[in-house]
Amino acid sequence: MVGYSLLLIVILSLVAYYVGRGSARRFAGGAGSDKVHSLPGYHGAFIAVWVGIPAFVLVVLWASFQGAMLDNLVISSLPQAFTDGKSPAELNLALSEIRNLASGRIFGEPAPEIRAAAERLLAWQHIASWAMVVVAAALMILVLVFARTRIAPRFRARNNVERVLSALMVFCSVVAILTTVGIIVSLLYESIAFFRLVPIHEFLFGLKWEPQIAIRADQVAGAGAFGAVPVFAGTLLISAIALIVAIPIGLFTAIYLVEYADDRVRNVVKPIMEILAGIPTVVFGFFAVLTVAPAIREAGGLMGIATSPNSALAAGFVMGIMIIPFISSLSDDALRSVPRAMRDGSLAMGATASETMTKVLLPAALPGIMGGILLAASRAIGETMIVVMAAGLIATLTINPMDSVTTVTVQIVSMLIGDTSFDSPKTLAAFALGLVLFIVTLGLNILALQIVKKYREQYE
Amino acid sequence: MADVALATRDVPTPEFQTVRTPDPHPRPTKVKADNVKVFYGQKQALNGVSIDIPVKSVTAFIGPSGCGKSTFLRCLNRMNDTIDGCRVEGEILLDNRDIYDASLDVVELRARVGMVFQKPNPFPKSIFDNVAYGPKIHGLARSKAELEEIVVSSLQKASLFNEVKDRLHEPGTGLSGGQQQRLCIARTIAVSPDVILMDEPCSALDPIATAKVEELIDELRENFTIVIVTHSMQQAARVSQRTAFFHLGTLVEEGPTDHVFTNPSERRTQDYITGRFG
Amino acid sequence: MSETALTGPVDWTSDQAAGRRRSRHAANRRLQFYGIAAISTAVGLLGILIATLVIGGYPAFFQTKLTIDFPIKAEYVDAADPAAGNYRNVVRDALRELAPEATTPAQQRQLGQLLTNNAQFFVRDAVVANPSVIGRTLTLTLPAADPIDQLNKGLIDRDLPESQRRVNDLQLGYYDTLVAGGRVSAPFNWALFFNSDSRFPELAGLAGAITGSFYALLICFLISFPVGIAAAIYLEEFAPRNRWTYLIEVNINNLAAVPSIVFGLLGLAVFIQIFGIPRSAPLAGGMVLALMTLPTMIIVTRNALKAVPPSIREGALGVGASKHQVIMHHVLPLALPGILTGTIIGLAQALGETAPLLLVGMNAFITSPPGGILEASTALPTQIFIWADSPERGFTSRTSAGILVLLGFLIVMNGIAIFLRQRLERRW
Repeated sequence: MVGYSLLLIVILSLVAYYVGRGSARRFAGGAGSDKVHSLPGYHGAFIAVWVGIPAFVLVVLWASFQGAMLDNLVISSLPQAFTDGKSPAELNLALSEIRNLASGRIFGEPAPEIRAAAERLLAWQHIASWAMVVVAAALMILVLVFARTRIAPRFRARNNVERVLSALMVFCSVVAILTTVGIIVSLLYESIAFFRLVPIHEFLFGLKWEPQIAIRADQVAGAGAFGAVPVFAGTLLISAIALIVAIPIGLFTAIYLVEYADDRVRNVVKPIMEILAGIPTVVFGFFAVLTVAPAIREAGGLMGIATSPNSALAAGFVMGIMIIPFISSLSDDALRSVPRAMRDGSLAMGATASETMTKVLLPAALPGIMGGILLAASRAIGETMIVVMAAGLIATLTINPMDSVTTVTVQIVSMLIGDTSFDSPKTLAAFALGLVLFIVTLGLNILALQIVKKYREQYE
Repeated sequence: MADVALATRDVPTPEFQTVRTPDPHPRPTKVKADNVKVFYGQKQALNGVSIDIPVKSVTAFIGPSGCGKSTFLRCLNRMNDTIDGCRVEGEILLDNRDIYDASLDVVELRARVGMVFQKPNPFPKSIFDNVAYGPKIHGLARSKAELEEIVVSSLQKASLFNEVKDRLHEPGTGLSGGQQQRLCIARTIAVSPDVILMDEPCSALDPIATAKVEELIDELRENFTIVIVTHSMQQAARVSQRTAFFHLGTLVEEGPTDHVFTNPSERRTQDYITGRFG
Repeated sequence: MSETALTGPVDWTSDQAAGRRRSRHAANRRLQFYGIAAISTAVGLLGILIATLVIGGYPAFFQTKLTIDFPIKAEYVDAADPAAGNYRNVVRDALRELAPEATTPAQQRQLGQLLTNNAQFFVRDAVVANPSVIGRTLTLTLPAADPIDQLNKGLIDRDLPESQRRVNDLQLGYYDTLVAGGRVSAPFNWALFFNSDSRFPELAGLAGAITGSFYALLICFLISFPVGIAAAIYLEEFAPRNRWTYLIEVNINNLAAVPSIVFGLLGLAVFIQIFGIPRSAPLAGGMVLALMTLPTMIIVTRNALKAVPPSIREGALGVGASKHQVIMHHVLPLALPGILTGTIIGLAQALGETAPLLLVGMNAFITSPPGGILEASTALPTQIFIWADSPERGFTSRTSAGILVLLGFLIVMNGIAIFLRQRLERRW
């Protein structure tokens, strides 16, 4: 139905455009046409935007909230006898059964109340969808008729259309803000619900993380299974390994490209780095599981070190490969933005290339490089697929890279993957972890961008 | 300008003969260039320059922009090596040794032939570290005290010491433009080079700072052989003993400064000096 | 201070000076070597990665097939209702004919495991499509079961003791009989592109995932392209420079660096919980991807707009065009190639995103391509994730093959972007 409504909107907007343009042409060609303010096309566009946009907004809003409203209606329409003594979770379960039934998926033998509710839901859905089409059509025709009367030689159709366009553009640029607000609100909302079940200090400072066990609500508070410190520690361990791998490789690559490589080498190496940067993280994850983890395990076995099959080293190493291009390109930028005069000055003193690099260029570019490393660290902390595939699920508090550790992102995915009811502490904990992740990466990014910006200003 | 340049390059001119006027009291030659040609990729920037640069005096290179004077200057300490696709032919002798010879270390060459650039380019370090940079990398000081002595005496020779003695450990980038340029000169003389190349050292400075630097150049020729590229003919006339006039990649005329300025032998030199082009 | 020996002429030719220079040059060569080593490491790792994928994924582009004669006996299949026939027995009998030596039920079970588990359905479909074969013999070329596929590709070592081998001696014998009879072939595996997911590696394909990715990218494009361009035009051309627009800009830059999984959480909480979009639907995935792509879209569009020289704007304003007309008629068309290039690169990034799609449930087990944007579906990267997690051996190779297909799409998209940039982008 939404599809048909949108099609209807497009058709009626086109009709509106031609109607508007047609009536504007009538006076545009005639006597005194020099007094016409706007071109006929703008009159058409004027009617079209006023016909199309409100209807579009109406349909989108209707479609967004129809489901939730109907759910409420269905719940409240259930007989008293059926709902009595049922927890919200059970009601939710009943609701999803009704929904399934209404969309033709039948499991087992549904209760008669459920069956009746499903029929009601189906009927209401039918009515609501048609109502949406009818209301939208009526709105558009009403606007069309009214706007048609506004068309006159001196009517400033162009200004009106441009004002509408400007408003649309402002709205679009606010979408980015709305996204941020949406992220913050949804994370906060669920996290607060979680902190009602598990005290915030226990979450932030607790040393034991066992959400798999604490599925039952009565187990939560006493067991203290939501202490996230081991999860944070695991995240830091893997990110640190990644940075230890990526910083030297990335930095030396940048140094070589800036100071030693000629154009030929640069034209080969740079695209290769871009390819490395463009590889989806799921591919790196598979590489970690299939190749790197077994290799590390074998190497560990040869050296007589007990190595977990999903060691932090494997995940961290592959994550390091992933962020090499990131560090090399940001360091390259930073080194290149040191004015050439510095380099010439040093070389003219008889310094070698390495002296110029280590004593002049690197110190001068250090803030920029630091900014890049912070951005890379924020990437590593927020990276998901590699660790989901290659790191462990059990939260162990260790700094041994051969052990298996878990990370914030792994826990989020493992707690939300599959169908869990939305208000269990396990699900809510994922949002609390998401909130921590968001705050930490945001902090790192702001800091890094600030450093890089300050540094740029220094040379501009 | 551009049209003239194209015309001369399209027509294969016979080897150009530089007009030379010898010094009345000739000094020994420090740097001797013979038929130096420079190419940037396919483009030829310098067509066979030959010149003798006398020791412990100031030689000025003048000429309109794009004439090759800076290019030639940068050949003298092989700074052209740092530009991709630049090729140098011919022979340049420093104390009778070919500086493009494979056995000569470019690091040693640049220590002996220092360079001061058009725009002051102090490193983003303290004043002290700026001057100490050269002695440190070349290992000229055996102790901290010696290093300090070198820094102080270099700053003194660059007539900067009195202005900065209280803030030796503040960043060199905080100085005024003229002070920065003198700091760069101090940095260069801290490694005791034989030759100092100056590429329009005053073009970014105000007149008062320019006067100070010029005064300094005049003092420095006591101990150093100086080659200066300048846009300003007055400056060339004020500071140099010999002047070489470049045009379109060739060395047109060279001779004692007062001769070149008062009685040039070449018509093009005269046209340039009297302001008919350039 | 008097002239000291220190700043007097330095003896550059002394042995000491020469030695010092040697060690300095050695330090220089060391740094250069570190650089080369770093680049070689990075390039080498990329090489290993790609080599692993190609070597691992190459076999999955071919599928071992067995050509078998199925006698369609009337006792099993009723001509009136061919769909309801007993095709299990048809398959069993056909295999028995191939290897009459298999007499015990255990042997026959081993024999049955040569063919794909779904063999009976292939036969049924063929008979339903052409009921005239009932009573005659139908010859079909069907996928072999995964272990036989591996064996035929040489991935199973025949010399291993039986207990460590996934194909036992009995099956090995049957397989050799089939090979001798010319009944084993390994054509190009079109099923990889035309089948959807399956529990059986030999039948699993990417069609559902590719369709799902297509729908999700379509949604992503339909939202992020217009919104991104409109936002960029506003910020670049109209917005006054004040704290409000500064806030928007900072916000966009930071949004570009928010971990993708956080967008997944947003999608789960808002699009699925509040808006009630069905889980696993490409609509939800596409909307999440759109929000993630939006900052990229805005940034590339702004750069493209910035590259249009002000002289063009001034020229158009000078002939009396309104600011909107200047932008719509002149600036935007000139910036379009740059915008398109950036869009394709943004979409390529979105195509490879996995984590947010996991959270909105696009990792479901779905055996048919989605019919629309509201039907449950997987996407290419999530399909790869599912296969990588599957224990069956055959899926390892499918995973690599799936990755190669994904990388192929990315290469094509980036190739188009590079082509556009070189062909259309104007330099002023």
